[in-house]
Amino acid sequence: MIKKLLFTFFLITTVSLVSGQIITTDSTKKDSSMLLNMDAVYNRPFLQMGKIPIAIGGYVEANGQYLGTDGVSEGFSFQMRRFTIFMSSTIMKKIKFLAEVEFEDGTKEINIEFAAIDLEFHPMLNLRAGIIMNPIGAFNQNHDGPKWEFIDRPIEATQLLPATWSNVGAGIHGKLFKKNWAFAYELYLTNGFNANIISNDANRTSLAAAKLDIFRFEESFNGSPLTTAKIAIKNRKIGELGISYMGGIYNKFKDDGIRIDKERRVDAMAIDFNTTLPKINTYINIEASAIWLDIPSTYTQQFGSLQWGGFIDIVQPIVRKRMFGWKNASINLAFRAEYVDWNVGTFIETGGDMVEDVVAITPGISFRPSRQTVIRVNYKYQWTRDILGNPPSHTGGFQFGVASYF
Amino acid sequence: MKKYFPYVGLIASIIFLLISCDSLIPGGPNPDETLDGPIDGLSSEEQLQFNRGDAAFAEVFTASNGLGPVFVATSCASCHAGDGKGHPFTTLTRFGQFDSTGNQYLPQGGPQLQHRAIPGYNPESLPAGAPFAKILPPANTGLGFLDAVSDAYIMSNADPNDANGDGISGRSNWVSVPGYLSLRPGTLIVNSKCIGRFGKKGAAYDLLHQTANAYNQDMGISSEYEAIDTYSHQAVTPEVSSETVNDVVFYLKTLKAPIQRNQNDPDVIAGKNIFSMIGCDKCHLLQMQTDYSPIAALSYKTFYPYTDMLLHDMGPGLDDGYTEGFALTSEWKTPPLWGLGLSKISQGGQYYLMHDGRALGIEAAILLHGGESQSSKNAYDLLSGTDQTNLIKFLESL
Repeated sequence: MIKKLLFTFFLITTVSLVSGQIITTDSTKKDSSMLLNMDAVYNRPFLQMGKIPIAIGGYVEANGQYLGTDGVSEGFSFQMRRFTIFMSSTIMKKIKFLAEVEFEDGTKEINIEFAAIDLEFHPMLNLRAGIIMNPIGAFNQNHDGPKWEFIDRPIEATQLLPATWSNVGAGIHGKLFKKNWAFAYELYLTNGFNANIISNDANRTSLAAAKLDIFRFEESFNGSPLTTAKIAIKNRKIGELGISYMGGIYNKFKDDGIRIDKERRVDAMAIDFNTTLPKINTYINIEASAIWLDIPSTYTQQFGSLQWGGFIDIVQPIVRKRMFGWKNASINLAFRAEYVDWNVGTFIETGGDMVEDVVAITPGISFRPSRQTVIRVNYKYQWTRDILGNPPSHTGGFQFGVASYF
Repeated sequence: MKKYFPYVGLIASIIFLLISCDSLIPGGPNPDETLDGPIDGLSSEEQLQFNRGDAAFAEVFTASNGLGPVFVATSCASCHAGDGKGHPFTTLTRFGQFDSTGNQYLPQGGPQLQHRAIPGYNPESLPAGAPFAKILPPANTGLGFLDAVSDAYIMSNADPNDANGDGISGRSNWVSVPGYLSLRPGTLIVNSKCIGRFGKKGAAYDLLHQTANAYNQDMGISSEYEAIDTYSHQAVTPEVSSETVNDVVFYLKTLKAPIQRNQNDPDVIAGKNIFSMIGCDKCHLLQMQTDYSPIAALSYKTFYPYTDMLLHDMGPGLDDGYTEGFALTSEWKTPPLWGLGLSKISQGGQYYLMHDGRALGIEAAILLHGGESQSSKNAYDLLSGTDQTNLIKFLESL
């Protein structure tokens, strides 16, 4: 623990010193093309009334779907997936606050996804504290429904990684700009995972199951902080590349001061890249991640010690013009391919591969009256195999819905 | 006019999607290609109970809802994927009994090894010198038919002293019945014991007996039926309701019997004739008859399980030195062969056959037959290649 704090202090000091030497570009000169995924939390349409120092905004996602698995369908359903309200305030110069409260599936889940205060000491050194979205991958930072052409969120981002994954904690972040380049970093210590990740009704290792711990915003499960770090680099013409890490102890290794188990780690690495191809304006977004866990050898292999997966989204605008009275309306074709292997390894008993994976493709079409609003139709087809590698179950069907900032 | 094209296109697309709903979702496999699904003829009330049992069968147990602390698997479905046979990953180890005097290792955790444990606990280990056998989880299909056969029907096929001199001497395992079980009408009782008909040694009287034991011994889940915790060896508060256990029992009773495929294929027909010709059908009876069942769809039905539900001496090669009830260590209950050809779809694309999965193919399983089945195995060896192939095609069609 002391080592970790010393390391963090050293890092903060180093970054501060280095940033003081190399900053040559005023961050205020950046334009929107140089926004990074880490800016997504503030890069939203807000409404400010008069001189009230608080701006509010939000988004809504609703859809209908008709899906079935292996010939069996529950029929047609409408869903109110998300209703999110965010509120920001510039408390004073270089001090701001933003909160995001989300209602999922009506009121089934109500979460504070983000509620943090930012203090800017220097463009390269900002302090953030509160409920923070851990910057693992890009989707966790940049997940607002109206930005996406797909109704379902990526499996890799939401079920392999636990987006949206927020925790109480604090850390630093910063950016610098140089000509066509932007560089950013984030480093946070937060509360972390818990034993749910290897004890859940999904019957597989699931980082997302950690969110079932309702006390996680109140206290750390094991008194050991989770470290999350990300660096991102963006070139105006090439795109943005992010590499992120998140790791910590997930089990309760002491109870009332008595050691009951060894400390067991979970470590995740993610890489993300997005770009827009010049001239044809094809938007490409890729994210992949891998997770390593230390699982007791006497536990069941049903819970994998290594998982990985990724997705690629391709969005091609095909029409952009005034339509139905909307000035910058567009019609887009979209395609997503995704894969997750929940359990990489071999059976102790046979030496054969443990399978347990999912493959999905989602073609779609969207209509955007503006950048803030999307009407989308997706067709999804998914193959899911169990740990033994038996013939996959097939899930498929169409979804259509609307998402909009307000 | 042109400006309305997008409207028309949009509306037409939505209409197309709506009317295409059913054709857009993936179809399921043919009923004869799967092992799960209910028997025909269930009432709507029975169908609802089947669905509840199906959900309970898939329920995953964790430390928070009672798993373990020592266990073998985390759900019923973990061991019986698609209601089919298990995989070495979920193979059980039973230990501690070598003759009819009972299990000598109950204080050391017998009769089943819980070789996995939730974090913070130590799993059991096999006591030195204990006799043991590995047990591959069986398929669940058609169990209700087997449950509805009368004791008298089973005994009519028994020949414990080989009175007919054919070398086959099937007999029943006689087991103690826990007090929570209700006996079927017509149950034969000999020295306070009843015929066991489920489990590889026939040690379970009925599906409630088998299911309550599986909750307890496989997952460490106590119930009102089996209340002793496998770790503390103390009676504990039930971790699953009796209603849920009974729903699972109903589900198991009402799973359909596997449907034979390619029945009219000449090779399959030839293989079936060879199956009888070399004497396989002396133990793997071609058909059986159910008696009365409270589930109307199971009453008085003829079905085709390819078992006699009796114990047979399978020879020294399959004698693991472990037994249950009154069975000898070399005796195993004839496993039903129905669904054999679909085993691979629940076993990860690879056959694991015989009681412990040691045979990696149908022919390998045939060649492991000894004891009372030695003559049939020898007859198989003498078949032409074509006849052997046809026999295996027939077995794969089941």
